[in-house]
Amino acid sequence: MSSRRRRCKRQLIKFTQHIARLITGTLNSDNEDEEQESTTVRCHPENLEQLQLQTHFCRQELQLLYRGFKNECPSGVVNEDTFKNIYAVFFPLGDSSKYAQFLFNAFDKDKNGSLSFEELVCDLSVLLRGTTEEKLNWAFNLYDINKDGKITKEEMLDILKSIYDLMGKSIHPRLKEEAVRQHVRIFFQKMDINQDGVVTIDEFSDCCQKDENIMQSLKIFDNAV
Amino acid sequence: MAAGVAAWLPFARAAAIGWMPVANLPMPVAPTNKNKRQDELIILNVSGRRFQTWRNTLDRYPDTLLGSSEKEFFFNEETREYFFDRDPDSFRSILNFYRTGKLHYPRYECISAYDEELAFFGIIPEIISDCCYEEYKDRKRENTERLMDDLEDNKDNKPPNMTCRETMWRAFENPHTSTMALVFYYVTGFFIAISVITNVVETVPCGSMPNQRDIPCGERYTEAFFCMDTACVMIFTVEYLMRLFAAPSRYRFMRSVMSIIDVVAILPYYIGLVMTNNEDVSGAFVTLRVFRVFRIFKFSRHSQGLRILGYTLKSCASELGFLLFSLTMAIIIFATVMFYAEKGSSSSKFTSIPASFWYTIVTMTTLGYGDMVPKTIAGKIFGSICSLSGVLVIALPVPVIVSNFSRIYHQNQRADKRRAQKVQKARLARMRISKAGSSTAFLHSKRNGLNQSLELTGSLEEDQQLKKTTSLLESQHHHLLHCLEKTTNHEFVDERLYEQGYLQTALQNFPSQSPSLSSEEGVTGTCCSRRTKKNIQALNATHTHSHTHNLQELSALHIHCGEQQPLNTSRSSLNLMSDESGSLNCKSSGLVTTAIISIPTPPSNNSRANPDAPPPPNPDAPPRPNTGSDVVKISAL
Repeated sequence: MSSRRRRCKRQLIKFTQHIARLITGTLNSDNEDEEQESTTVRCHPENLEQLQLQTHFCRQELQLLYRGFKNECPSGVVNEDTFKNIYAVFFPLGDSSKYAQFLFNAFDKDKNGSLSFEELVCDLSVLLRGTTEEKLNWAFNLYDINKDGKITKEEMLDILKSIYDLMGKSIHPRLKEEAVRQHVRIFFQKMDINQDGVVTIDEFSDCCQKDENIMQSLKIFDNAV
Repeated sequence: MAAGVAAWLPFARAAAIGWMPVANLPMPVAPTNKNKRQDELIILNVSGRRFQTWRNTLDRYPDTLLGSSEKEFFFNEETREYFFDRDPDSFRSILNFYRTGKLHYPRYECISAYDEELAFFGIIPEIISDCCYEEYKDRKRENTERLMDDLEDNKDNKPPNMTCRETMWRAFENPHTSTMALVFYYVTGFFIAISVITNVVETVPCGSMPNQRDIPCGERYTEAFFCMDTACVMIFTVEYLMRLFAAPSRYRFMRSVMSIIDVVAILPYYIGLVMTNNEDVSGAFVTLRVFRVFRIFKFSRHSQGLRILGYTLKSCASELGFLLFSLTMAIIIFATVMFYAEKGSSSSKFTSIPASFWYTIVTMTTLGYGDMVPKTIAGKIFGSICSLSGVLVIALPVPVIVSNFSRIYHQNQRADKRRAQKVQKARLARMRISKAGSSTAFLHSKRNGLNQSLELTGSLEEDQQLKKTTSLLESQHHHLLHCLEKTTNHEFVDERLYEQGYLQTALQNFPSQSPSLSSEEGVTGTCCSRRTKKNIQALNATHTHSHTHNLQELSALHIHCGEQQPLNTSRSSLNLMSDESGSLNCKSSGLVTTAIISIPTPPSNNSRANPDAPPPPNPDAPPRPNTGSDVVKISAL
């Protein structure tokens, strides 16, 4: 009973406010603008020396990277949408939103929904200048969507589907559902040593280190910056 | 690729490490940055004003003057700066384009000057960003129309060999072309005026006979008026027939408004001639005379202002419609209210709701004749509300109509094209072009085997050749896409190709004619699957390099590994067919060439890839070949 009365009262107050607004002549949209305050997030990284210590980049490289980053994200942080847009430009033929999301989660260590320059550049230094162990760790982290230390078949399927989505539709041979599953099967055959249906970090890192192909390909981007 | 996003390329490439463990094939080698040097500031001196920027900033757009080696022509050795003898104000927006990736059009700038600057620096105007694009297009259209008008005005001399019919039509449409036309113009105008005045005077009561009431002049001087009428109608008929004869498209002429007015103006006379002294229909005949007043509309041929007014009303049809609709609503509401309010009072004039309509209309338009007035208090209250709201409802759409009229008048009756639709279409087309640009660039470079050459050869000439075609940024982007292909074991193809290939599901393998193909290697590697690729005929094959074999109806083109020169491979492989699917995992040979798919290409691209062909006229053509009709459509956009 009291809730009904409260609701009635609220409606009454809203109605009188409405009439008052009508008389005074302010439009609805004006009021809403006053209530909203623009909250801009501005974030800037710690100083250059600290970043130099944390990463394997030299000073000039950090400067170059930050200049590019700041140009694109003046507020100093990247949120998921921006990330998706950027990837959409790099992979215009396909749908990059899922992959960008996985990547974003992999980069975003503190899970606050935005990437700062430090997070990005630390990961970058791992990927480009780190040891093989670190790179493999990073890759494992990417595949492990729920970050529980194990890659399941479903997680791998999701990841692979998102990678295939990057290609888009115009590919040859035509993408079949089976192809992705086949890919997952091959991966698990290779990596899952004890055949328990999940791949742990040790299995993963062991297998990769044994595979010449993978070792070779981990090095190709070393001169990317 | 957009400038800003280029900064993200290192991140995207590093993230590609994530694909490596799942890829089953070896990755292509990354392009190296051979002239890796520290980023330096370069000075651009534009007519004395110095701009400074990083060299990398300019390198983002390699098909423009500043981004390519073309700027070396402007390098001043003594002062170690690049000097351009151009307008420094326009240069500001051009340099900002490099910095931000968005080209803006400053409003104070003259449109043709700006166009010239853009053309000089090799930037195409289509990439003006959305915020300024509409303004740019408007100004451009105004400018071209003004130029066209100027051209028309200068067209005083008659083009020779015009037939009699064309001369007549031109004389009718444009009275100033010859004296005869002018005379005709004034004569018809005079007669229209005479006719209208006659119609008016006909009804004036002139002079009364002593024993009769006032009779209108028409009945008194019947003969005279009839003669005048006949003369006018004869002139109008002759004019109409002459126009009909001279019209280039008679059907269109007969459908036009002016000719309908002409017909309606002269028809009553003829109908009157036909029906004589028949008492029953003479009543109807009299009402037909009303249509004679349409002769006044013939003046619109003589008056620009009248035409503009008519056009305004036509273009403001929606506002007028709204006005009418809202008035009707208000009339009905208020009439009902007034009727019920006045129902009580005795001897009220508000006998029914339709009767109240009259009161409402008169009140809302603030006429206030006073033939119907409310007597009750409620009636008076509602009556006052009615008149106040009438003022509002009418006052609102009128300024729109007025501003429309003035705009059209000042534009001198230029047709207002459906701008919204055009802009939207053009905008979508631009977005498509910019998105397709990078993907088509990748496909083109794939087709020409440039990826391989870039990665694998170190020979200098090819390097320099390639520098012309792809920048380091582009090659890195292409390498990234290449890695993706390897990871997923599928390849990017063109959409048209894809659709056609999908249709041609029946394959036949043609006998192999290639000398050095699959015989070299067997199928190796467990992870490579045998693939037979469907392929499509090359349509515009005129520009491709060598045609040793007929390319029509290629149904299978296969990947092959070969130890040939990469560039030659890219050419000859267009013609080679084999029936053996090659393996991708060719560790034995150092070269891995992806399948070169011959697809119908716009001629400009192939000519660019062909080193023997002359350079394309427009340096911006390569990444944007799609301005022509054969747009290479990429899906998923």
